[in-house]
Amino acid sequence: MGKRTPLYDTHARAGAKLVDFAGWDMPIHYGSQLEEHFRVRRDAGMFDVSHMLAVDLIGGEAAAFLGRLLANDVAKLKSAGRALYSCMLNPAGGVIDDLIVYFFGPSHYRLVVNAGTAEKDLAWMARQLADSELELQLTPRHDLAMIAVQGPQARERLWQAYPGTREASSVLAPFNAAFDGDWLIARTGYTGEDGFELALPTEQAADVWAQLAAAGVAPCGLGCRDTLRLEAGMNLYGQDMDETVTPLESGLAWTVALADARDFVGKAALLKQKPTRQLLGLVLSERGVLRAHQQVATEQGPGEITSGSYSPVLEQGIALARLPAGVATGDVVRVDIRGKLHAARVVKPPFVRNGKAMI
Amino acid sequence: MNVPANLKYAKSHEWARLEADGLVTVGITDHAQEALGDIVFIELPTLGKAVKAGAECAVVESVKAASDIYAPLSGEVVAINQAAADSPESVNQDAYANWLFKLKPSDAAGEMAALLDADAYAKAAASDH
Repeated sequence: MGKRTPLYDTHARAGAKLVDFAGWDMPIHYGSQLEEHFRVRRDAGMFDVSHMLAVDLIGGEAAAFLGRLLANDVAKLKSAGRALYSCMLNPAGGVIDDLIVYFFGPSHYRLVVNAGTAEKDLAWMARQLADSELELQLTPRHDLAMIAVQGPQARERLWQAYPGTREASSVLAPFNAAFDGDWLIARTGYTGEDGFELALPTEQAADVWAQLAAAGVAPCGLGCRDTLRLEAGMNLYGQDMDETVTPLESGLAWTVALADARDFVGKAALLKQKPTRQLLGLVLSERGVLRAHQQVATEQGPGEITSGSYSPVLEQGIALARLPAGVATGDVVRVDIRGKLHAARVVKPPFVRNGKAMI
Repeated sequence: MNVPANLKYAKSHEWARLEADGLVTVGITDHAQEALGDIVFIELPTLGKAVKAGAECAVVESVKAASDIYAPLSGEVVAINQAAADSPESVNQDAYANWLFKLKPSDAAGEMAALLDADAYAKAAASDH
């Protein structure tokens, strides 16, 4: 038996198909992954993401610590509630994890890290903190459940279910968050659609899930979360990047603040690196499905698919692939599917944003 | 579990039906389509291909995974259901109406008898979980 979120019983009762995900028993779908995908693209769906871990950093030296810990620069966060996507790197520039950091005030930040890496991340942060001689408190928030409500109607449906949240959350621009009582409402997500991610006390989770379902938000599993994020061109940690590759080889150069004087773990390695690999999108020309680890032949040498699937919106096989430097968008490459080579076009992700094809 | 009594089954989740004309129609079971989830792509065998019982001969892909389909009997592929390949979701809707291919069996009598009947398949599939 794996670890269980506060919504485990809710999922089981609803007939969800439960699978192991990073040591957690999580719903993969509630019937049809494709239907759930389209509910998010066209209306509103919700995901239990309580397996992810929120970690609060409290103390006057939090900004100094994060400035050293993260490849993106928390100094960009100037107003309370602002959020930033960043990688946390090892000294070689390899990606330990990717995360969202929220700024609540000069002495209060929150990181939300991946489930599969949470323990490793905590150990790494504790060690970095000890080495830094900075003073702050790192508090894992196991007392919080997280629900992502995503889709063009997601915000309206939250306000329908909880009219009181409208005041605090309707003013939020993308990548901003606000506390509303004991909830944090963030206009963030992992689907390429509008919506909110809610962090709330675990004991409220089942009731909030039920209220949102009653307001027409479809329960969705991790299956469609993966096809949604892939269509949105978003990397999945452990699949599209890990400790053996840098952000510069993972389509994440835009998240690395290299220009200023600030030093951070991994910076020296990144400054020295001349990337020989890059992460790009592929669209299969014929009918079919692309899968992780399929080999890709290009004029510049071999590459490999890191995430592949079938795009329900495009009705084509799509993928993220690590390809040699020099391969450019518009190139046609060949993917080895069960021993046969199939043509695929190189594109710049995202494939789909806000319900619309982008390629 | 929907396991029609008039069909024979392979443990690898294919069904087979001996037709009046001596051909054997093959598809995947309802249990298989349920386990796969939304089917989005079907790679059918080429016409005229000679297959041995138990050999890989088609692929059914759902959003989640690719699954090999094995020939339940030895023989030659004499028909493929292009309509199923054009609408893969039809196999989710009715896995028994939407067959994948037909074989001209080389030893229908012997190999059909070696397949599971509905009760035996239902038991095997139930313990599969």
